[in-house]
Amino acid sequence: MPAVTETREQVEKLGKSSYEWGFETDIEMDVAPKGLNEDIIRLISTRKEEPEWMLEWRLAAYRSWLKMKEPTWAKVTHPPIDYQDVHYYAAPKKKDGPKSLEEVDPELLRTYEKLGIPLHEQAMLAGVEVPEGEEARLPVAVDAVFDSVSVATTFRKTLSEAGVIFCPISEAIRDYPDLVKQYIGSVVPVADNFYAALNSAVFTDGSFVFVPKGVRCPMELSTYFRINAKNTGQFERTLIVVEDGASVSYLEGCTAPMRDENQLHAAVVELVAMEDSSIKYSTVQNWYPGDENGRGGIYNFVTKRGACRGARAKISWTQVETGSAITWKYPSCILQGEESVGEFYSVAVTNNHQQADTGTKMIHLGRNSRSTIIAKTISAGKSDSTYRGQVKIMPKASGARNFTQCDSLLIGDQCGAHTVPYIESRNMTARVEHEATTSKISEDQMFYCRQRGLSQEDAVGLIVNGFCKEVLKELPMEFAVEAQKLLQISLEGSVG
Amino acid sequence: MNAIAPITLSLEPFAARLSDVKGEDRKAAAGALARTGLPTPRVEAWHYTNLRALSGRVFADAPVGFDETAAQAALTRILPPDAAIATLPRLVLVNGRFAPTLSSTDLPEGVSCTSFVQSPDFGILASPDREGMVALNTALADDGVQIIVAPGKQAGQLVLVSLALGTDSDVSFHPRHSITLGEGASLSVIEIAASENAGAYLHNPVLTCAIAEKAHLTHVKIQQEAENAVHLATVYADIAVRAAYDSFTLGLGSVMARHEVHATMHGNHAAVHVNGAQLLAASQVGDITSVIAHAAPDCISRQTVRNVLSDHSRAVFQGKVLVERVAQKTDGYQMNQALLLSPSAEINAKPELEIYADDVKCSHGATVGALDDDQLFYLRSRGIPDDQARQMLVEAFLVEAVDLVEDEMLRTVLHQTLATALSQRVGAAEKTA
Repeated sequence: MPAVTETREQVEKLGKSSYEWGFETDIEMDVAPKGLNEDIIRLISTRKEEPEWMLEWRLAAYRSWLKMKEPTWAKVTHPPIDYQDVHYYAAPKKKDGPKSLEEVDPELLRTYEKLGIPLHEQAMLAGVEVPEGEEARLPVAVDAVFDSVSVATTFRKTLSEAGVIFCPISEAIRDYPDLVKQYIGSVVPVADNFYAALNSAVFTDGSFVFVPKGVRCPMELSTYFRINAKNTGQFERTLIVVEDGASVSYLEGCTAPMRDENQLHAAVVELVAMEDSSIKYSTVQNWYPGDENGRGGIYNFVTKRGACRGARAKISWTQVETGSAITWKYPSCILQGEESVGEFYSVAVTNNHQQADTGTKMIHLGRNSRSTIIAKTISAGKSDSTYRGQVKIMPKASGARNFTQCDSLLIGDQCGAHTVPYIESRNMTARVEHEATTSKISEDQMFYCRQRGLSQEDAVGLIVNGFCKEVLKELPMEFAVEAQKLLQISLEGSVG
Repeated sequence: MNAIAPITLSLEPFAARLSDVKGEDRKAAAGALARTGLPTPRVEAWHYTNLRALSGRVFADAPVGFDETAAQAALTRILPPDAAIATLPRLVLVNGRFAPTLSSTDLPEGVSCTSFVQSPDFGILASPDREGMVALNTALADDGVQIIVAPGKQAGQLVLVSLALGTDSDVSFHPRHSITLGEGASLSVIEIAASENAGAYLHNPVLTCAIAEKAHLTHVKIQQEAENAVHLATVYADIAVRAAYDSFTLGLGSVMARHEVHATMHGNHAAVHVNGAQLLAASQVGDITSVIAHAAPDCISRQTVRNVLSDHSRAVFQGKVLVERVAQKTDGYQMNQALLLSPSAEINAKPELEIYADDVKCSHGATVGALDDDQLFYLRSRGIPDDQARQMLVEAFLVEAVDLVEDEMLRTVLHQTLATALSQRVGAAEKTA
C-alpha cells in the first residue's frame, strides 16, 4: 500500500527518471467491447447487479453527456479523445475466494509486491479468507480498485463494529441502496460537467464510506487505484457521508502501469459533511506521467467536491499531484453550514511534458464560514502547471473569511507556471485575501546545500520539500514520507 | 449574474453603420466582428462585464456640429480657469470629433497633432482581430487625435478632453487616438472623458501608444462620463528599451465602464505602471482589465488597483501578467484591493500570472473587505463624526493609489477630482437618507 514504509525503500531503489509503477499484470480480464452506448451502460449495470433506479440514473447521465461538450477553458492541450475507443469495463476474472496466498493468482501477487504491499496485507487484498481475530494488525483499512473493480476491502469487521460502512460502491448500491440513493449525485449532479456526466454513466467501482452520528472512524481509510489493462478507462466513484459529530480521514493513492497510449481516468468524488463533522481527504496521485518525450501517460480528469451541509462541518482536501500526463482537477468545498470550514492544501509537480491545471473552489454560503487555500506548484522540464481557483462569497455569507496563498517554483527555462484565481465577493463583511508568488530555486540556496556536500539532486529535493512543507505537514504521516520521495523522483533529471 | 449567457451578442445596434464601411482596414475589422459578434460573458476576457445593455438599441453616428457656447461653458466647468490645469495646452473632442476651435493652437515645441480624419492611420499596435470592441472602433472610427513628440523633446503636459455634449441616448462615437514618442522624448497626457447634458451614449475610444527607446509617457485618465453612458476604452502601449509607460485611471462616471490596457514591453529594462482607482455607487459597473506582457528581459511592471463600492455597484478587476520565455529577470508586482461599503456591492477579481521564464520575481495580491472597525474606532474615539470618519478612510484608501502618480500637477488634479467626487457622494447619500 502507498502508506507503508516498505514503499519508501522501494522508491529509493529507483533509477533516473524511471516510473516505478510501470509494469503490467498479466491476469485474465473480463473486458467489455470498446465503445460507449446505452447497451454498454446496461451491461455495466447488469454486471454490477444494480437495481433499476441506478441504471436509470446512469442512462440519464449518459443522455446529458451526449449533449455536452468537452471543456476547453483549462490550460491544457491534448489530441482529441475518441471516447468510443475505450473499454468502459474491465474486471479481473472472478474465481472462488482463495483459502491461502498460495492459491492466489501469482500475477496479482507480483503486482502487489511491486507496489510494496506487505504480505499480510496482500493476502487481504487478494481476498484470502482471514481467520477470526487476526484482523486489526494494520492501522489502515484498504479498498483496492484494480482497473474498474474493487478487489478487496480489508478491516470490514473492525469498522462495522464501530458502525462505519466502508465497502466498494457497487456493493453499497446493492446493500445500502437507500443511503446511496439519498446522497449520490447530491454534491456532483449527473450533468455537472462533461467528465462527471461520463463518470456517472459508466462508473464501475470506487469506495463508499458512511460514518454514523458521533462516530470517530477508528482507523485511517485508504483506497488504492491502479489502471492495468490496455485501453481501459478508469471511472471510479467515491462517496463519503459523515453524519453529525462524526469524523473520518481518507487516503487515496493511485498508480498506473507504463503505457504508450494515453489512458483516460475520469473519477468523481463526493463528500457530505453534516453538523460538527469532519472529513479529511488526502490524495497522492502518481499515475504514469508519460515518457520524457510526452508519449503516453494518464489523462486525469477528476471532479472532486465536498459539501459542508451542517454548522461547523469541516472538509479538508490535501493532494500531492506528481503523476498523469494531464491533470484537470479542482477539489472544491461548498460551505453551506454556519461556521463551516473548507481547506485545500496542494502540491502539484510537473516535469517533462506534463500538464497540470488544478486548484479549488470555495463557495461560501454559510455565515462565518472560513476557507484556507495553500497551493504549491512546481514546474520543471517542458511542463506547464496552472493553479486555477475560485473563491466565491455569496450575499448571505456574512463574516466569511478566506485566505489563499499560491506559490510557484520554476525549474528550468522551458516550463511554465500560471496562476488564475477568481475572487468574487458579494458580502461586505467578508474578508478575502489572496497572494501569489513565482520564483526559482536561487543560486544562493543551491550553493549553500552543495557546499555542505549535498548532490545537486538531493539539494533540489531538500529545497523543494522545504517549499512544500506547509502542505506536506497536512498529510497523514506515512503518506508524507512517500510524498517527499515522490517529489524528488518526479523532479529527477530536471536540474543540471 | 451570468446565468444564461447568450453565445453571441447581435451586432444589431451597429448593423446599419457596419454594412456601409469603406477601406481595407475597416472592412477587415467589420468582417472580424461579423464572425465573432460583440463579446459576451462566454468570452473569458468579458466574463464579468456583460454588454447585454447595448443590445436592443440602435446606435447612430454622433451629430457633427455642436453648440460652441455650451461647449465652452462645459470646458470652463471641467477645467476651471483658476486651476493650474487650465493653463496647459489642450486638445478637445466633442462627441468623438476633434474640435480645433476649442483646442490650443500653440502646442509645445516638438509636439505635433493631427486629427485622425486628416490622415487616417490605424497603426499596427491594436488587434481588431482579437478584441471585439477594438474591431468596432476600427470599423466605425469617426475621428481622433494623433500626437507625435519628436525625439529628445521633453514635451511637458497636455490635456485631452473627450466631451459628450447634448447627445441623444442612442448615439455612439468611436474615436481613434495615437501617441508616438520619439527616442528619449517625454510627455504627460491627462485624458478627461466628461459630458454635458448628454444621454445614454456609448463612448468607445481606442488609444495606441508607441514609446521609443528611453522615452517616457505618463498617461492619466479621469473618466467622468454621464451617469447613463457606457464607456469602453482600450489602450495599447508598446514600450521599447529603457522606455516607460506610466499610467493611472480614475473611474467615476457612467453606468458601465471598462478600461482595458494591453501593455507590451519589447525592449530590455522597460517599465510599466498600470494603476487605477474606481469609486462606484448606484448600479454602476466598473471594469479595469489589463494584459501586461513582458517580452524582453530585465523589465519591471507594477500595478495597484483600488476599488470602493457602495450601493449595488460592482467592480471588476482582471489583471494578467504574461512573462514570455525570453523575459528573464522580470520583476512584476500586482495588487488589487476592494472596499465594500454596502451589503449589495460586489467585486469580481481575477489577478492572473502566466509565466514561461524561470528567473523571475513575480507576485500578486488581492484583498476584499469592509472598512476596518479598528480604524473607524480610532477616528470616532477622537471625536470625528461617523460619516466624516468613513469618508476619511475611503479617501485615504484611494489616495494611496493616486499617490503613485509621479507628476505632481497631475496628482494634484486627481486629488481634487477625487475629493469633489467623494463630497458629492456623501451629499447624495445625505439627501436620500
